[in-house]
Amino acid sequence: MGKVIVCRCEDVTLEDLRQAFAAGHRDLESLKRFTGLSTGFCQGKCCAAHAGRFLAELRGGDDMVCDPTRTRPLLHPTPAACFAAIASGEAPDQEDA
Amino acid sequence: MRDRAELVIIGGGVLGLSLAYHLARMGLGDIVVIEQGYLCFGASGRNGGGVRQQWSTEDHIRLARRSVAIYRRLAAETGFNIWFRQGGYLFLSRDAVAAATLERNVKLQNSLGLRTRLLSPAQARRLVDGLDTSGVELCAYNPDDGVLFPWPVVWGLARVATSLGVEINTFCRATAIDVQGGRIVKVVTDRGAVATSRVVNAAGGWSSQVARLAGVELPNRPYRHEILVSEPLKPFLEPMVCDLADGTYFSQTMRGEICGGLSDPLEHSSLNTSSSLRFLSRMSASLLRLLPRLGGVKILRQWAGYYDETPDGNPVLGRTAGVEGFIQLNGFGGHGFMLAPAVGQIMAEWLLRRVREPLVERYGLERFSSGQLQRETLVIG
Ligand SMILES: Cc1cc2nc3c(=O)[nH]c(=O)nc-3n(C[C@H](O)[C@H](O)[C@H](O)COP(=O)(O)OP(=O)(O)OC[C@H]3O[C@@H](n4cnc5c(N)ncnc54)[C@H](O)[C@@H]3O)c2cc1C
Repeated sequence: MGKVIVCRCEDVTLEDLRQAFAAGHRDLESLKRFTGLSTGFCQGKCCAAHAGRFLAELRGGDDMVCDPTRTRPLLHPTPAACFAAIASGEAPDQEDA
Repeated sequence: MRDRAELVIIGGGVLGLSLAYHLARMGLGDIVVIEQGYLCFGASGRNGGGVRQQWSTEDHIRLARRSVAIYRRLAAETGFNIWFRQGGYLFLSRDAVAAATLERNVKLQNSLGLRTRLLSPAQARRLVDGLDTSGVELCAYNPDDGVLFPWPVVWGLARVATSLGVEINTFCRATAIDVQGGRIVKVVTDRGAVATSRVVNAAGGWSSQVARLAGVELPNRPYRHEILVSEPLKPFLEPMVCDLADGTYFSQTMRGEICGGLSDPLEHSSLNTSSSLRFLSRMSASLLRLLPRLGGVKILRQWAGYYDETPDGNPVLGRTAGVEGFIQLNGFGGHGFMLAPAVGQIMAEWLLRRVREPLVERYGLERFSSGQLQRETLVIG
């Protein structure tokens, strides 16, 4: 099988996850930090579920339940100008941003 | 988990791990580290990676300089690329008082061999493309300061320590410290107990809680500190920029993201790591005031961690009166990452050689009752 990419934003492959698991990272938070998985533009929307499933398979047996990583804002990448406008009390101007 | 150890370290953050790393390299590997979360769960996995030598006290300058030297070789020593980039730190002052502080600090830093220099606002603009310096009085710049990526530092220290015999237990929480006749005899965790005569409290924002397990009161208090990153951009920003007026700081990481935070005078002590719209909007406004051309840059993510604050802005190190074997290594506020290599090394030497160490004595817990405080004034964020 060729290279299987799990996290497209950060180029994390299935093999990277397998190696991280072998190095002792057996929860999604550690895998994320060790490989960079889920830290790119999509913030895990595309890869976290796949990685979680793969991790559950690697764990196997009775240990198949793995918690997702803690969800962090922002829901969607948003221009800084939109938020700066809130601080200054001005209405956010979508077009400018 | 081992049931006995020469030394138990509570807290697998950069301070606890730096100590374990240095002790193990000096020959003491019989150490158990206890970490309630995953590695990088505490402030050491949540910080901005800023490493500066521009400080206002001689101790901090020396510690930071020694840490920079260690960080420069840490990738080779641990086999982890820590992405340390020495792009400098640029401080901005906006009034005469802050400008005078910078002048005084630069003099002190120069006398200790640092290459810091004062810059006019125009010179600062040449350093940072697009920087808006309106209202800026004077700047200070040190080209040898820099930023790194905290996670691989933590992994690297942990891996070397483990290979030298240190046992690191993650998802393991210290729940009691057994003290008998004024001496530590064991640490109890939710996964079993470890008999030991020496325990290091390297619990960061939880340091006061952990001290209480041994009946000790620390003056340390945890404060939430928020931070954010943008989408990655082409490299354009060399130094970390710090505005003394509101504690705004930001840098460009090796991944290209703009990463930064700022002080919040309304923040009160709490164990709370939630993210706020207040921070997101204040930080965005402050960033755009300094670099207006970033308005269209998208913010990707925000999060928070703790500053473990002490009354004088200096750490708490060394022995604890009344509890033999209880060692403090905490209270690093917003600058523990940049001091951890040197402090870990000094504490390791102190513990192993049992020699007098002036630094450890100066930052002992007793100073808060004897009233001999030496205040660090250049605290940001
Ligand atoms: C947002 C932010 C930005 C920052 N920016 C910078 C910067 O640019 N440069 C810099 O130098 N510093 C910065 N800092 C500060 C720096 O991160 C800290 O000073 C440093 O990481 C502290 O390390 P530590 O090992 O003392 O604490 P932590 O990394 O918090 O480690 C303590 C560990 O103890 C564990 N623990 C607590 N209680 C228990 C228990 N009962 N049992 C088991 N384990 C326990 C915790 O889970 C935690 O992992 C920043 C901090 C924050 C929050």
